[in-house]
Amino acid sequence: MVYGFTLPDNTNFQEWRVLARQCFLAGLAPENIEWRSTKAEVSLFDAPLKGPEPKEDAAQPVLRNTCLALLKSVLRHSDQGRFDLAYRILWRAQAEPALASIPVDPDIARALRMMHQVRRDAHKMEAFLRFREQGEGSGGRRQFLAWFEPDHYILQTVAPFFTRRFTDMDWVILTPKGSIAWNGQQCAISRNPCDKPDVTDDVDLLWQTYYVSIFNPARIKTKAMRSEMPRKYWKNLPETQLIPQMLAQAGARVEAMAAQQPQEPPLFHKKLQDRYKNKIKSIP
Amino acid sequence: MKSSLSDRLAILSDAAKYDASCSSSGAGKRDSAATKGLGSTGNGICHAYTPDGRCISLLKILLTNFCIYDCAYCINRSSSNVQRARFTADEVIWLTLEFYRRNYIEGLFLSSGIIRSSDDTMAQMVRVARELREVHNFRGYIHLKTIPNASPGLLAEAGLYADRLSINVEMPTERGLADYAPQKQASEIRHAMGEMRTRIDAGKDRTLAGRAAPRFAPGGQSTQMIVGADTATDRDILSSSSSLYTGYRLRRVYYSAFSPIPDASAILPVKAPPLLREHRLYQADWLFRFYGFQFSEITAASPDGMLDLALDPKLAWALANREQFPVDLNRASREMLLRVPGLGVRSVNAIVTARRHRRLRLEDLAKLNVSLRKVKPFLHAVGWSPVQLADQQNIRQLFLPQPQQLTLF
Repeated sequence: MVYGFTLPDNTNFQEWRVLARQCFLAGLAPENIEWRSTKAEVSLFDAPLKGPEPKEDAAQPVLRNTCLALLKSVLRHSDQGRFDLAYRILWRAQAEPALASIPVDPDIARALRMMHQVRRDAHKMEAFLRFREQGEGSGGRRQFLAWFEPDHYILQTVAPFFTRRFTDMDWVILTPKGSIAWNGQQCAISRNPCDKPDVTDDVDLLWQTYYVSIFNPARIKTKAMRSEMPRKYWKNLPETQLIPQMLAQAGARVEAMAAQQPQEPPLFHKKLQDRYKNKIKSIP
Repeated sequence: MKSSLSDRLAILSDAAKYDASCSSSGAGKRDSAATKGLGSTGNGICHAYTPDGRCISLLKILLTNFCIYDCAYCINRSSSNVQRARFTADEVIWLTLEFYRRNYIEGLFLSSGIIRSSDDTMAQMVRVARELREVHNFRGYIHLKTIPNASPGLLAEAGLYADRLSINVEMPTERGLADYAPQKQASEIRHAMGEMRTRIDAGKDRTLAGRAAPRFAPGGQSTQMIVGADTATDRDILSSSSSLYTGYRLRRVYYSAFSPIPDASAILPVKAPPLLREHRLYQADWLFRFYGFQFSEITAASPDGMLDLALDPKLAWALANREQFPVDLNRASREMLLRVPGLGVRSVNAIVTARRHRRLRLEDLAKLNVSLRKVKPFLHAVGWSPVQLADQQNIRQLFLPQPQQLTLF
């Protein structure tokens, strides 16, 4: 019989911690446990999994704060191997307490990379999520709705950012991995997957005007743009559909600027220059 | 007839895009949890990127693009036939708040052409900032462009509401400013920057009783210079930055490669400088701000005062000072590791932590996402010693990027 667990893909740190502790107290080494995701395909030959029985005199696991923070972050990642990696780090850290401070260790290097990806995903959600107005709520508070598709399980991480920033309005953020709702008093986080809503907002048009106008056609650096704003985000952003058109017109706009002959200055310029010259003359 | 809000937004943001600054950091952390208003600040977020590779973090607009000055490099100079428009203070406030609520921006960067007088223009801009803070309870980021000879009272008020203030020095040398912007005085700009520095420093102080001083622009001040419009060399530009950073304690100096504008003045050069030049200047700026380099070291090896376009400034410095390499990965000081081409601040921090626990091999660096090819010639590590760089002839050739065959189609 193989020891292990079949876990739903949105298992969070607290839920995993209970199971990991159970395995640790049973003295199970990482290679003897199988962490299986319900999302992964189960083949005919995969044996059913069962949890181990704890030993009576087993020592409690101990982790340093840096290591605990690292594991919390790893568990937010959507990588299928995260449960396995986290347990292996937990196991190894008992003999090597400073493990988490050795970024060149292969396990830690992988965990740090996952932590970095989770952090980036949260940062991009804070940057690229767009609220659309839905009208007024009961208490006269304005209501907004947003749709975003994060790669990892980061709703808990980003919720405080949004509640502390958009405090005076009601809003709901829907994602395929759950939702966050705020009414000015309470923040409710759910793990039920949501569908993409169909919403529009007239202010998006003004924003598009701004986006097109602030672009300088004389400097094209699409690689820099794509490295910071990868294409996967484009479909949910109101402004990115204009990019092809902006790039197509850029060349002609620059040529027109170069070809333009110097023109006669406007009338008020002459008046201003006269006033300026008189002022200089009047200074003794 | 007054044109629509959308048309004026197009004109007044088009006019503002030649200001490179879009940073929304440095103001410290604050949020609306207690005030129940709108807005917060933190490390700065870029909410969108345009195809020119620049980020949009702030709503960057002019209050008006009418201007009594005639600075040759500027799209809004009085002799230009560009379309003119102006916003009312209320329109700017509305746009800022509505854009902010939809999470398009981190805040407002308000600048303006100078109309009537400096004080009059400054007062309008301060009014926008004041109403955002006091009437609308807005706690997002505000960056105000300061008018050099505005009255001290207005400046104090601007600092009370804004997170960052800035005055552009425009040209790296006084000569350049005199040629291109005859109505502006370099001494006046420097004086205003000095004044702001005094106030920013005072804002961080406490009184004898331990009370905090009135708030003054906690995000500090920044400035911008135009690169490639006059004949200033990179050495001139960087020595100017050096005095700005140390003398006026600026948070940022922005370099803006002179870019063609519609209806350009006849005295401007026809050809824009390569964007790579601007990039090299920023790299040099980073070396000064985060890597412990002095600007004079960076330009010391170049005979004509220009940075090498083919090699980045750190690599160029290392090749010019190759007697200092290779350094020992396991024993070199943090300061020296920061000078190794290919190692960034983050990887140096990781190396310093990791080597407390074990001796590092060269391959270990690959796990820190360091390019081994780049660092190899400059490091000693367990199981690795490079050939002495100093012994090799024609060293620059070895590090130049490989030439690429042009495609036929």
